[in-house]
Order: sequence, then structure tokens, then C-alpha cells
Amino acid sequence: MTGEPLLKVDGLVKEFPLGRRLLGVGEIGAVKAVDGVSFELARGETLGIVGESGCGKSTVAKTLVRLEEPTAGTATFEGEDIFAMSPKRLRKLRREIQIIFQDPYGSLNPRMTVGDIVTEAWDIHRDTVPRRERKKRAGELLERVGLDASMMNRYPHQFSGGQRQRIGIARALTLRPKIIVCDEPVSALDVSVQAQVMNLLEEIQDDFGLSYIFIAHDLSVVRHISDRVGVMYLGRIVEIGDEKAIYDEATHPYTQALLSAAPNPDPDEAAAAKANRIVLEGDVPNPADPPSGCNFRTRCWKADEKCAEEDPALIDRFGHGHPAACHYAEVRHPVA
Amino acid sequence: MTGPALEPDVTLSATAPVLEVRDLSVEFRTPHGTVNAVNGVSFALDRGETLAILGESGSGKSVTAQAVMDLIDSPPGFVTGGEILFHGQDLLANRHLHHQVRGQSITMIFQDALSALNPVFTVGWQIGEQLRVHRGMSRRDARARVIELMELVKIPYAAARVDDYPHEFSGGMRQRVMIAMALALDPEVLIADEPTTALDVTVQAQVMALLEDLQRDLGMSLILITHDLGVVTDMAHRVSVMYAGRVVEEGDVYSVFKNPAHPYTEGLMSSMPKATHGDQKLVPITGAPPSLANIPSGCPFHPRCPYMRPDTCVNEHPPLREVVAGRRSACHFAEEVFS
Repeated sequence: MTGEPLLKVDGLVKEFPLGRRLLGVGEIGAVKAVDGVSFELARGETLGIVGESGCGKSTVAKTLVRLEEPTAGTATFEGEDIFAMSPKRLRKLRREIQIIFQDPYGSLNPRMTVGDIVTEAWDIHRDTVPRRERKKRAGELLERVGLDASMMNRYPHQFSGGQRQRIGIARALTLRPKIIVCDEPVSALDVSVQAQVMNLLEEIQDDFGLSYIFIAHDLSVVRHISDRVGVMYLGRIVEIGDEKAIYDEATHPYTQALLSAAPNPDPDEAAAAKANRIVLEGDVPNPADPPSGCNFRTRCWKADEKCAEEDPALIDRFGHGHPAACHYAEVRHPVA
Repeated sequence: MTGPALEPDVTLSATAPVLEVRDLSVEFRTPHGTVNAVNGVSFALDRGETLAILGESGSGKSVTAQAVMDLIDSPPGFVTGGEILFHGQDLLANRHLHHQVRGQSITMIFQDALSALNPVFTVGWQIGEQLRVHRGMSRRDARARVIELMELVKIPYAAARVDDYPHEFSGGMRQRVMIAMALALDPEVLIADEPTTALDVTVQAQVMALLEDLQRDLGMSLILITHDLGVVTDMAHRVSVMYAGRVVEEGDVYSVFKNPAHPYTEGLMSSMPKATHGDQKLVPITGAPPSLANIPSGCPFHPRCPYMRPDTCVNEHPPLREVVAGRRSACHFAEEVFS
């Protein structure tokens, strides 16, 4: 991937107020859900963002399409800062960046037919597809995502979870975006259906020339679909690099623990993987009261005084070829 | 371990499996029609063994467990056939025995620990309730035993946390509270229904390690109900794969996953992305699981099956039969899949 990145996110911060004072004057403290996240997305690339619940990965997704307003930071798309756009300009941006959600039940309006759901964006962006062509084009899109064009007059409840996720994908494609943010798109699906939707996402990526930001908690799913992967913990990216670098040569203790904790279904690899498992102590700390220094030090077997005092920057300290936010980053090869 | 105080006229077999389910069927009669949730499920569980029941949503795996625990609301749910044998005694034929056994000799933990716990009582009170009711312990003795149980499931500062309420615990710690509660009466069988599904992967690893340690130390048998193939290889000795309310394949975990004898199991394996390999092609199963109100004729898997032959598979229901020693499959062409 060479040349100018399609999207460049720099220092993204999102705080949520913890509560308000009586009469709504002033706020009482704040939780930093996202705490200085930076990354680049190249044209045609899939960037995976993986992490456990509460790490801020979905908040990153939502701020990128301005469903949440960021507290600080910039996101440069084709030379323009998404976070500074006027509402009018933002409407144009929606053609370029779309999102699909985890919940195929909650993200489709139950009172709209599938045809209306797919063509709705064309009613808003009127210059994109002429009215008389809309039905035909919607049918083509439905066929492309593996549904039947004749299903256009049905309602969401008449479809299975996997089919609904296909409808969500068709809707995201209507304005021919350059980027689709996928927020846990297959987590609600059964294994046998999950693979169908992942294959579909890969096919349409080639057909439509899409870049993906693919957010998930499932390490196997993220590896399968991503070119590069960022690992998040407590609002920060702790390690980022090529898919192979992260999965085969992880250097951050959290990445290593996360990878080793995921049960391996391969019967030939399971025993060795389990014998070498790192079982972390305790839980993720409360994000309203994060530890001093390194966020991960309260669960880390390498932590010492330096980790309590000095917040490790996300840099490639020891020439591993990809950055990690750890004072003591070193390669640990997974057992397989 | 002390067993439950059973009535003297009930003789429990020492040689039979701890728990055996034979040809169990459960249906739900709803205004929209009958849902055939479980259709002739059989399995046996030996002492100290971990049996995984693997299936996707709607496969009947949880309903099977609920029938064993007599937790099915009736109506609309009805156990329409089969036997549930505990040490050779049929619990379905002896309701009194069933109610003595469940909750004491056979206990269960659930996926969602927060809603399984009562929010207005302390965890100590909830764990101790059974000790006071079933063992007749005094409050003081029960409390002391509760702290021991909380230490057994590795809840830090157990003595200080015994008076905390469920909402004061994290998800992983709540699941430990559930496990302590399930262990209070020294069960012989623990049924864990998706025990780690709601947990993050690093916390899941903690709870899986705990369950394994407890099983080894206490000599329990474990039924692990899950949709996660990784959890099965990680924890179970044997696996029963369920589809549309039936067991479609059964055997030891290594050989079933290494060389499946049913097209559904094979399809599950080829649908799973692996964290250890980047560029692997996913071969999904086509279509979606059937509605249990409208199960396909013949073999329920035939509309999605690459081995399907129209006359045989559409018309004839394949029984669960032995393919090689220790391996059973409910497929007309199991040998073809297996080889």
C-alpha cells in the first residue's frame, strides 16, 4: 500500500460525561472511552480493530461516521477533516463512508420494506440514481448480496439473521462508498452463516473497490479478513501492524495474552496452545479510573516501577517492524 | 463427597453411567403451531467425564439441558418421550426423585449470571440458601462454608466480599458466584449452559481453567453446552453435535473434529476462521438452520448438504448409528463423509 492514505485518524479522543450536576449545570468527571487513537487506512485495504468489551473500538467506529461527536483529534479523508465538517458537507461525506452494524434486528426499520430500506438513501441523495431506475438498481444490489430481487416487498422480520445482515450490506452499498465501517458485522450470526457473510464482504470489496475498517472481538474473524490489525485496550491502540506481524510475532503482552486465550478448535493445535496459554489475572480496570503509566500494567506479568510511572508510547522500540505500546515489547511466537 | 439424602427404597446403580438420556423428545405447543425442539436425543455421561453438546442457536441443546433439570414450563413445553436415567433410575418416571436430584446431585449454571442472580440479596446469602434449606445448617455455619466455597472458585477477598450484592461484581466474578452456588451441595453432575459466552476472551480463559480444576479436584461430571468449537476442543472429552433437535454426530473430540463423519460437522469445521492461519479459504454451509416448527423431511440437514441424494435423504430419516468403534453419525452416507 503506497501513496496517500485514504483516511488518516490522528489523536482521536472521545469522553463521555459520568453524570451531571443537579439542574444540568456542569459535568461530574468523564470517562475516556477513546484516548488518543491514531491510524491510517489505505485504498482497498482492510484494517481490523480488535479488543474486548469496553476497549473503545465501537466508539471509534461511531465517531468516524459522526454518530458520536469526538472530543478531540482529526480524521482526514481526501484532504478534509471529517470531525470539522459542516452538516451540509457531512451529508456529502455520507456517500463516501458507510457503516454496518452488529445487530441485524435492531438496525433495520421493522416498518419499512426491504425495497424502501435499500432505496431510502437515493431519496435523500437525489442526484445519485434517477427515480425510474431505482427499483431495478435495488433489485440488482439485492441479487449481488445473495438475496432475491423478488424479496423487495417483504419486511425485515421475514428474514433470518444472516439475510438481514445482507440487507444491511446492500443498504451500505447504495451510494457507492469508498469506505465501509463494519462494527461487529458477524458476531450475532451462527458459525455456519458467519462464514457466508465474511465471504460476501470479501467479494464485494473487490467488486466495489472498498476499504474496510473491520471492528470485532473475535480474533480469528479479524485475522481472516484484515490486511492490518490494531489491538485496543482501555481506549488505546497498544499494538498495530500487518496481520502476520500481529498474529505471528506479537510483541505487546496484552496481544500475546489475548491470542493465547482464544480457544483453538483445531484438534492438532489445541493441546499445545492450551499448555502455553497465558491466563491473565483480574479484569479490565474501570475506564473512569485508569491506572497510572501503562494502562495494562495491573494485569501484566512484566510490569515494574517504570510501567507505573511512564506511559509507553506506541512506537517500534526494538526494530520489530511494527509499533507496540510497551516498554518491554518482545516477540512471542504463538504455538501452532 | 456426600450424596443427596435419597429415599431408602430408591436403589441407584453403581455401574450405569452417572447420567444417561435416551430418546428424549420435547415439544412446545404454541398458538402458531408445534415447535419440535428436541427429537429423540440420546447421550450418556460417565463419572469424571466432560461431554460437550455442540450446536448453533435453535439446535435444541439448551432445551435438552432444561429437560434434565425439569425447568421446562408446561404448558407450552411438554416432554413427549424418552428417559432421563440418573444412576439407572428414570427421573421422568419418578417426579419426586427428579426434584430431589436436580439442584442437589445435578446442578446447572447459565450464560447470563447477572439475571440468574437475585439483585436484592447478597451473594453470600444466595450461595448459603441451599445449605440452610437442604443441609439444615445454621446461618453461622452456612456463612463459613460459603466463604470456603467462594475461595474454592477463587474469588479474591472472599471473607470481605461475602456480603456484597451481585451488581458489585464483574461479569467473570458473577460467573464464579454461580459456580460456587452450583457446587454448594457437592453435585455429581454440573451442567454448564454457555458458561463463558458472555465473557471476554481473557476472562473466559480464567473461567475455563477454573471449571477444569474443579472438575478434576471434585471428580464431577460436566456437561458443557456451547456453540463454540474452540471451547469444545479446549475442555471436553467427548462431543455430541446437535442439529434441528437431534444428535447428528457423536464421539471423542479429537477424532470428530479431525475427521468428521457427518456433513454438518464437516461444514462447521470449514466455516471456522482460525487465528493461527491468515490465508485460509472459508467454505460456509449454504442456507440457514431450519425452523423447529417446520423441520425438513427425511434428514433435517438435506437442504444444506453437499452429499445429498434426492430419494434417500429427502424421504428417509437417518438414525444415529455406529460408523467405526466409538463414533456415531446420523447420515446415510457417513462412510463417504468419514473417508
